[in-house]
Amino acid sequence: MRIELEINGDTRSADDVWEGESLLFVLRERLGFPGSKNACEQGECGSCSIYLDGNLVCACLVLAGQAQGARVTTVEGLAEDLDLHPVQEAYLKAGAVQCGFCTPGLIMATHELLERKAQPSDAEIREALAGNLCRCTGYEKILDAVRLAAKARA
Amino acid sequence: MRAPTIQKRTEQRGGVGESVQRPDGVPKTKGEFAYSSDLWAENMLWGATTRSPHPRARIVSIDTREALATPRVRTVLTHEDVPGRKSYGMEVPDQPVLAWDDVRYQGEAVALVAADHPEAARRAAGRVKIEYEVLEPLVDPETALADGAPALHPSGNVIRHIRIRHGDQEASAEVVVKGDYQVGMQDQAFLGPESGLAIPDGEGGIDLYVSTQWLHIDLDQLAASLDLPPSKVRITLAGVGGAFGAREDLSIQIHCCLLALETGRPVKMMYGREESFFGHVHRHPARLHYEHGAMRDGRLVYVKARIVLDGGAYASSSTAVCANAACFSCGPYNVPNATIDAYAVYTDNPPCGAMRGFGAVQTCFAYESQMDRLAKALDIDPVELRRLNAMDTGATMITGQEVEGPAPVAELLKRVRNAPLPPDGDAMDIRTLPGGVSNTTHGEGVKRGVGYALGFKNIGYSEGFDDFSTARVRLSVVAGEPQVEVHSAASEVGQGVVTVQMQIARTELGVQQVVVLPADTSIGSSGSSSASRQTWMTGGAVKNACEAVRARLLQRAAQRLGKRHGKLTLDGANIVSAGSGSVASISDIVGDDPIEETKEYHHRKTFPLDPRTGQGNAHVAFAFAAHRAVVDVDLDLGLVRVVEMATAQDVGKALNPQAVEGQIEGGIAQGLGLALMEEIQISQGRILNPSFTDYLIPTILDMPPVRADVLELGDPHAPYGLKGVGEPPTISSTPAIVAALRDATGRPLTRVPVRPDDIVGLDGQSG
Ligand code: FES
Ligand code: FES
Repeated sequence: MRIELEINGDTRSADDVWEGESLLFVLRERLGFPGSKNACEQGECGSCSIYLDGNLVCACLVLAGQAQGARVTTVEGLAEDLDLHPVQEAYLKAGAVQCGFCTPGLIMATHELLERKAQPSDAEIREALAGNLCRCTGYEKILDAVRLAAKARA
Repeated sequence: MRAPTIQKRTEQRGGVGESVQRPDGVPKTKGEFAYSSDLWAENMLWGATTRSPHPRARIVSIDTREALATPRVRTVLTHEDVPGRKSYGMEVPDQPVLAWDDVRYQGEAVALVAADHPEAARRAAGRVKIEYEVLEPLVDPETALADGAPALHPSGNVIRHIRIRHGDQEASAEVVVKGDYQVGMQDQAFLGPESGLAIPDGEGGIDLYVSTQWLHIDLDQLAASLDLPPSKVRITLAGVGGAFGAREDLSIQIHCCLLALETGRPVKMMYGREESFFGHVHRHPARLHYEHGAMRDGRLVYVKARIVLDGGAYASSSTAVCANAACFSCGPYNVPNATIDAYAVYTDNPPCGAMRGFGAVQTCFAYESQMDRLAKALDIDPVELRRLNAMDTGATMITGQEVEGPAPVAELLKRVRNAPLPPDGDAMDIRTLPGGVSNTTHGEGVKRGVGYALGFKNIGYSEGFDDFSTARVRLSVVAGEPQVEVHSAASEVGQGVVTVQMQIARTELGVQQVVVLPADTSIGSSGSSSASRQTWMTGGAVKNACEAVRARLLQRAAQRLGKRHGKLTLDGANIVSAGSGSVASISDIVGDDPIEETKEYHHRKTFPLDPRTGQGNAHVAFAFAAHRAVVDVDLDLGLVRVVEMATAQDVGKALNPQAVEGQIEGGIAQGLGLALMEEIQISQGRILNPSFTDYLIPTILDMPPVRADVLELGDPHAPYGLKGVGEPPTISSTPAIVAALRDATGRPLTRVPVRPDDIVGLDGQSG
């Protein structure tokens, strides 16, 4: 099948998509957006988090066909021109990036949290990021990054 | 007479000792960093693997016809298509590239498929018809050790036995405690799946882009199995999504190259999460029997231990894990007499090998549990008992080796003991209580516990292995500014070795602009990113190469400028002399004639262990850490919330303090996982929980704040005095948490991970 959708502001399409392909697969393998990661492909790790029509979702749990005509924002769409988005900047500064495989998903989830709640408490940060696994950092510096990003908005 | 000019050292930014941001950080936050699973090539095929569903079976026949007839499939390969050595392995090449007669664990690779869509490849892999004669798996390591057990390998079932006989074997003690302990099978659970892309060069050679911990050991094994000269196999490190030991053994490497060479097309392979649980080795599950003897005043007299590590189907790094388990079996304590037998055993369980802490984790849980048991028997405070027996510089290990360099065991313990305790949980906010928003308690039935543990292990490779790393450093002038290029084969797995190489070059050559080239096999080996060794070893190689470049630079400067300035040194990017101050810049001297040096770094020599007594100077250096855990436990439901982890660790020198903290915090998270939730559950050789739904790793809700106290005591033998930092945080965090649980519950808790059932007393052990 053919799929057309809007990704980070541009219209994109893919041909010959097999019905069983996830949105994550199509983004990564067919449309050249490998920024969203694929650590589990079963909705457990959050590494594939994207916005789908404004909602934060796991792209691995969405069939590509379901995204027909949708508006998608991926981690590649956060930074404006050459500047990092403040959330990306905060992850970098706080040392919250090690292997970085969890980072795109966590940045999306942090972005979503701060849009909802500009100054979250630690407990609220933990709750909001509980669906994103990181195996490297022990999350301490991820908390720092979110606090830093929130401070930058204040 | 003119007063000598006092040279103010030029400010150097981003050098050793600073929390420098990682150069790969920007692409990683933007989603632009190319991990091995992100690779793509024109005309690329996808590979898939057919795996044995049986833990033990004999292959009667393999029929690939139906798989080959599947639409979009390009090739199907079996053991017959492996041109070179049919088996591989880092220490013992005992693992078939593709099984031919027997399969020895569930998930063993038997056939390979390449197709032009991953789903087509997967389906075709399921259509390879393999007729098996299914056999009863041998899954109990004690049974495998027993006389008369069927031999799983021609060499028998014992992969290695380490026997340590130290001091007086008849020593007697006033107080004796015994215990049996168990450690479950932990998974490294890195997030980036095993993956890579192989591209044939059209002339019989191959380029492989892959995530791995040690490029050159992959190269050796690939060349042997592909029957190619090493020059025809080129491996480049692709982005690595974590490792923790699980990328030491090969996964897709040979398979992907076989498919690419056969089809003449680029082939990508990528495991899904379920396949990943079958696609790499795990932490050895262990059974440990211990006996500690002490005087009434608390001084240890002897330790006796029998340690059985389940190596699973193939050797992997079991021989080295076994040696570590034995060498560090008594903890960082003065133990005058020891009788230790450690075994690594073949079974039909999943193969086990390297994971962060490498043998020292399993024994630390047992000896620290024993120390608490002994404290109870002696009615001594557990911290005091540890302090009384703590090792210090000059102590003798149970292997007879003298501990040189700092061994601040008592100091580390004191620091975690004196760290302020966290406030009580807030009964008004259920998120701070065990069970959290499951709303299982409002504070009733919740008890707090505090526990301590110490741990240690070796840094670098041991037992006489000539471990080294290679680095090439090139100093040139680009657009009028000096620039340094650093090249090594060190695997950046997330730990930050790229940053460290950059920092060292800045410090040694005073040049701001440093580029670290991608790691590949066009340069000599850097050894493995494991054993907490890479900063020490590759850091040492980069430092050596920089020093050689600097020497040539100053030599060239002296030739150009003549003798009039006397001795020249480098200060920042300036060449200075004591008398005349700055006499030239690096750029002036280098001009358009770059200076390049390649150097190796070897650590000091180590020696094998005596096979009868286990005595010998087998290790390069030791790293120590202390942990204190504070937990809240719901005594009715067995739910646990770790409130805080405090730790103190001597890192020798923190080259990048922020990265050191990251290693400490991340290492503790993995130790917490082993204490409370992480176990690959096996039944009759079969993995029951190969997914992140059923194999749980700590989330941000599980992980408490960490209070880390970093000491920098400086090891005299290491570059900058640094010690490795990666593993100690994982070693003693697990027993500290379990000690805290015992403190709260009074239960023996002799097995990790601790289950809620054990806490509420359904485990059949008396409290
Ligand atoms: S890859 Fe989508 S949640 Fe893990
Ligand atoms: S940084 Fe490696 S998984 Fe989070």
